[in-house]
Amino acid sequence: MSAAAHATSAPFAPGDRVRVRTAFPPGHVRTPHYCRGHEGVVERLCGHFPNPEELAYGRVPTAPCALYRVRFPQRALWPDYAGPAADSVEIELFDHWLEAVE
Amino acid sequence: MSQSPKDPGDVRGAIEAGRRHHDMGGRDAGPVDRSQHAHDPWENKTDAILRLLADPARGPVMRIDELRRGIEEMGPGIYDELSYYERWIASIATILMEKGVLTADEIGRKIEDVRARHADAPPRREGFGGGTR
Amino acid sequence: MSPHDGPHDHGAHDHPHPNQPDLEDAPLAYYPAMADAVAELLIEKGVFTADDLRSTIDYMASRTPALGARLAARAWADPAFRARLLADSKAAAAELDIDTGPAPVLVMENTDAVHNVVVCTLCSCYPVFLLGKSPDWYKSRNYRSRVIRSPRAVLAEFGTVIDPAREVRVHDSTADMRYMILPRQPEGTEGWPEDKLAALITRDALIGVCEVTAG
Repeated sequence: MSAAAHATSAPFAPGDRVRVRTAFPPGHVRTPHYCRGHEGVVERLCGHFPNPEELAYGRVPTAPCALYRVRFPQRALWPDYAGPAADSVEIELFDHWLEAVE
Repeated sequence: MSQSPKDPGDVRGAIEAGRRHHDMGGRDAGPVDRSQHAHDPWENKTDAILRLLADPARGPVMRIDELRRGIEEMGPGIYDELSYYERWIASIATILMEKGVLTADEIGRKIEDVRARHADAPPRREGFGGGTR
Repeated sequence: MSPHDGPHDHGAHDHPHPNQPDLEDAPLAYYPAMADAVAELLIEKGVFTADDLRSTIDYMASRTPALGARLAARAWADPAFRARLLADSKAAAAELDIDTGPAPVLVMENTDAVHNVVVCTLCSCYPVFLLGKSPDWYKSRNYRSRVIRSPRAVLAEFGTVIDPAREVRVHDSTADMRYMILPRQPEGTEGWPEDKLAALITRDALIGVCEVTAG
């Protein structure tokens, strides 16, 4: 896929259910450990940004990545969460960390 | 999914869980201490150095992502021991050495110079004794 | 900000600090010396000038929570401005000649249904162009670790009790966005002039750990 196509490609839309990949790569990663493997809902597309996992090592990727804000119920992240069921967390997550929930 | 240990000092447990030390959301910790220190001039200087180096008009010379990576690579003991801007200047120096902008030798010699000048003429206290600049 | 008369100015300070004891004959601590060393070397090599450094220090010192408070006060006073601020904070702030900085800032509105609060669990991302340098507690392990999982307990430590009927929404500032909270306007302040409204709005309310009161 060309860089231009990447710049506009956004596989997920607001309202889509997504799961954060359960992955533990070495290096500089902007996906918090606590959300990996959990399901949430896409709140919005923030835009396209160069992958920080590459920038951190001085490389400038040619294709920017789609960056989303994903909302998680607190009780999904922490089964013992004692507060109201509506309480939530929103996290910025890059496309390559998300998979569709069927 | 690997469970991360509750004890923040359990470094091996965190490694086996795939969680790095700076990635602390959801860990056990104590009450929030709201006391505030006033920023020293060297902290403001460190902040400005990074902003100048990260300015796209200069390349950029280094990116915020590199600053963060340098901080994360300090490891658990140093990360917690250093203050916020101590982590920044340590990481800035490391990244500038990696990139060949500065060498370890020149930084080491310059630190000696700076300390020698400081010892010869310590900065005077502002607003004290009427002799301020 | 005191005047800086050169890139080598150590200034002086009248408060205790663990990294730089306030004793005139104390040796310069290691990292403060490294900051001066790195700055001098970068100036000698022409990466930037002493003027660049001085003006950047001064510009960043001009960034204070009063800027965020002005935006929030205007949003309270002018619903059309509030809509523009929530949709595109950079453009809305430019109407007031306020620079939001290089990173996009998302303004999250507190309502009767939702209370928002910001953290950066991975480092300490913060809307520095609108609020100035972040407070020490924002960068602390205790805040970064706990507010994501126990937000109501942490807010209570700030004296903030959120009604269980309202959702508490924690924003983890993990990537390229920065966040500022638009607090709820306190009852009884409708029609107040903007400068009087802005004086009510604290830094902590713009981070979301407090609410604004008219008292």
